[in-house]
Amino acid sequence: MTTDTFSAGAPFAMSASPTAVPAEPVKETVRTIDPAANPARLRTDDVSVFYGDKQALFDVSIDIPEKSVSAFIGPSGCGKSTFLRCINRMNDTIEGCRVSGDITLDGENLYDPRLDVVELRARIGMVFQKPNPFPKSIFENVAYGPRIHGLAGNKADLEEIVESSLKKAGLFEEVKDRLHQPGTGLSGGQQQRLCIARAIAVGPEVILMDEPCSALDPIATAVIEELIDELRENYTIIIVTHSMQQAARVSQKTAFFHLGKLIEEGPTEEIFTNPREKRTQDYITGRIG
Amino acid sequence: MNSGHIVTAYNDELTELARAITEMGGLVEKALNNAVEALVRADNELAMATVAADKKIDAMQHLIDEQAVSIIARRQPVATDLRLVIASIHVANDLERIGDMAKSTARRSTQFEGLTMSVQFKNGMRHMGELAQRQVKLAIDAFAAKDKDMAVEVFERDTDVDALYVSLFRELLTYMMEDPRNITMCTHLLFCGKNLERVGDHATNIAEQAYFLATGKSLVSDIEDLRREKLVP
Amino acid sequence: MADTTTSTDAAARARRETIRKGLGRRHLTEKLFRGFGIGAILIALGLVGTLFWMVISKGYPAFTQANATLEVYFDPEILSFDPAPVRGAGQSDADYRAAHLGWQRAVTMANWNRIVENAVVNAAPQGFEIGSREALALIDAGERHRLRDMFVANPNLLGQRVSVDMLASANTDNWLKGTIDRNLPDARQQLAASTRQLADMMLENGTIEFRFAWHIFTNVDSRAAPAAAGLAGAFVGSLYMMLVVIVLAVPIGVASAIYLEEFAPKNRLTDLIEVNINNLAAVPSIVFGLLGAAVFIRYFGLPLSAPIVGGLVLTLMTLPTIIIATRSSLRAVPPSLRQAALGLGASKTQMVFHHVLPITFPGILTATIIGVAQALGETAPLLLIGMNAFVAAIPATPFDQSSALPVQIYLWQGNENRNFFEARTSAAIMVLLGLMITLNAIAVILRQRLERRK
Repeated sequence: MTTDTFSAGAPFAMSASPTAVPAEPVKETVRTIDPAANPARLRTDDVSVFYGDKQALFDVSIDIPEKSVSAFIGPSGCGKSTFLRCINRMNDTIEGCRVSGDITLDGENLYDPRLDVVELRARIGMVFQKPNPFPKSIFENVAYGPRIHGLAGNKADLEEIVESSLKKAGLFEEVKDRLHQPGTGLSGGQQQRLCIARAIAVGPEVILMDEPCSALDPIATAVIEELIDELRENYTIIIVTHSMQQAARVSQKTAFFHLGKLIEEGPTEEIFTNPREKRTQDYITGRIG
Repeated sequence: MNSGHIVTAYNDELTELARAITEMGGLVEKALNNAVEALVRADNELAMATVAADKKIDAMQHLIDEQAVSIIARRQPVATDLRLVIASIHVANDLERIGDMAKSTARRSTQFEGLTMSVQFKNGMRHMGELAQRQVKLAIDAFAAKDKDMAVEVFERDTDVDALYVSLFRELLTYMMEDPRNITMCTHLLFCGKNLERVGDHATNIAEQAYFLATGKSLVSDIEDLRREKLVP
Repeated sequence: MADTTTSTDAAARARRETIRKGLGRRHLTEKLFRGFGIGAILIALGLVGTLFWMVISKGYPAFTQANATLEVYFDPEILSFDPAPVRGAGQSDADYRAAHLGWQRAVTMANWNRIVENAVVNAAPQGFEIGSREALALIDAGERHRLRDMFVANPNLLGQRVSVDMLASANTDNWLKGTIDRNLPDARQQLAASTRQLADMMLENGTIEFRFAWHIFTNVDSRAAPAAAGLAGAFVGSLYMMLVVIVLAVPIGVASAIYLEEFAPKNRLTDLIEVNINNLAAVPSIVFGLLGAAVFIRYFGLPLSAPIVGGLVLTLMTLPTIIIATRSSLRAVPPSLRQAALGLGASKTQMVFHHVLPITFPGILTATIIGVAQALGETAPLLLIGMNAFVAAIPATPFDQSSALPVQIYLWQGNENRNFFEARTSAAIMVLLGLMITLNAIAVILRQRLERRK
């Protein structure tokens, strides 16, 4: 587990002072320090999740770099979605689910009992696997979040938020003539972009995406991926995906989960060309399921 | 170690690609060997056979390129698989170049007819040929075995080939100065020596690919660290 | 090589053969099952058709009734009482009202039967012999009160001859419609021979006509004047009960369903509650009647036979239905919708009221209307809280005594004048069925509208 010699992102940093004592005490899960990555505001420390007596996630520690895309990959049931749902506490809604460890955003513990989960979810938005627009008009879909959080002072403000959110989601041009028609009438890809617009409208800092393209065709997928790449400029994005190619295409950082454990995390390029761990290697090359 | 892909056909394709590289390596080794033999023994027939055999090497490179492109298009390889495919393309290219060097050397040897070649001329050539052949063999083995230490060895030994070429150059220069009638012959030999020196360079390239295949890193940028590591302990 | 191909070919052929052999049986089974299904549906349709045919064929004659148009002479000799008091100057309100009431009493005391009798005799052909009793039997007993009310409203009628439509008596109606056997001997006929003869003659000369019996809808039940008996009291009583059920059962049922489904923790207690709600739905309705009698009437002292008590009992009965149906429609809401709302930062209450409820609204509505319709047709519990009492008044409030439609059917079914009330019973059943079909139709239309709006 000596990552020092193998951190490809920073060979020069290592060669500069080979005898320097590592500043951080060596922990079991060693974090990659990628000088190119943005600083992390979202950090997790030894997060474990239990469903009743069954432990679903084991001591996951990872830093999520700001304003970039981080991808969680791994076989089904590896805990990546569970972990994602811990971040905006969607697991709270599941009976018998218990989370231990720390998840902090700007140093603030998200599991602090004093923290209001409603406020948290306004800061950390979520996009789901299946496009799930409300059975309401396109406008109402996007306006709903700002409305319940009281973000728009008047009707004009609200309209502006809706328009800019739809624009950011790259959907405005396609739907501007039918804002008041039901959102369920859109195509699958458009519906998913509507869901993204709906999440953006609240002005989150982090957007969680749980396999956002799994129900879409390749073209719609490409459009969403392009959108994710654009959104990266303003938002911290975490995406869980079954498609390794998708993780490779859209993310800057990739984390590999297996059997509830975080096996490896690092710059996407490195994970997909030269993973350190054999399990990662076997998974991404298609040797284990 | 290799538990194999879930998709057997993919596994087969990768194995086939690696096998093709080894086969091509064998062909190239043989061509190089024949070329040096033809040169040293002034064996015209062998030389012509060697020139003719190069066609097969070219075809082989073509085949490997096609296989690699097909794997990339259909399987989207990542990690070691990706490295194998990319490295295979490079290695096939280098092998083809080595094949060309062998062909060029063999063709040149057919032009020695009627020219006198003293025995001492040959010694240097034979020595250099052996060294280049050994480098090529070692590089191909390193690639096949994904052995980074072997690859480093090839890389480090390239200086021997270069040094031998420099001494060969001086030697032939001396012969030419001794007797101007030697000039034609020695110039031919000098070109052949240059070819062998280029073979060494290509062997080094193959070794670099072997190192990349084994570690995912560039040998050229790592070599300083590796050298220091060897010195420090 | 060739050998193996032939052998595999043979194996494949054998396999196909085996499959083909089984096909006949499989198709037969399928056909049989379809046949059974269609048969079951036909039987069900046939039964419903028979029911409707029986009810309608029996009930429709009740909607027309024999009416006699007679010239009524407000004979001053018979109506021999003082003229109506006129309000004098300086007379107080109370004094005037007392004087007027006295006059009304005098009017009531007059022999109105005589007036009716004279009108009948008058309309009979010259020289037709008929006794006063027999003449009076032609006309419904309630009509004399109507003449009196006409007179009270307009005292100037005294000494005038006015043409008045009067309901023929139930027995006359039976005779003319043929619901009683015309060949029965005199002793077993309900009308005297002369009355029957006169009725036939009047029908012939147009004095008696069959007209649409609006009074079924506007009159209350009556024993003394069965021909004038109507459903209005029972109808209004049923409406009040429905109102009580809707006002109580729907909010309570929907609220408890939402709480149990969305908010309540899953533990022993909620499991117990759920089991009990399911059990409650299976409790026989008459038990609810007992409960209503014991709790609402004995303990809380609510009035007997009142729609409010009936409504409360039916509420108890309907609650489990509404709760169960609402819960199942809540459960049918896709979890993705809940996640979408929660993921945006909606609170649980917002999630339920903004997204889940609007979607389940059609389902809840259907459940409600079906529950209410079920309650509307319920008889057994109402018997136990005294709603089978004979009440000849339209209840003004839910606290007044009243009957209810199903109870009215039950009462009429047991009436001694079978010949007449058989049709009436069926007519009442038609009204009840009509009301239920209307309710169900409203449910269907509302649901379709709401679903289209999505």
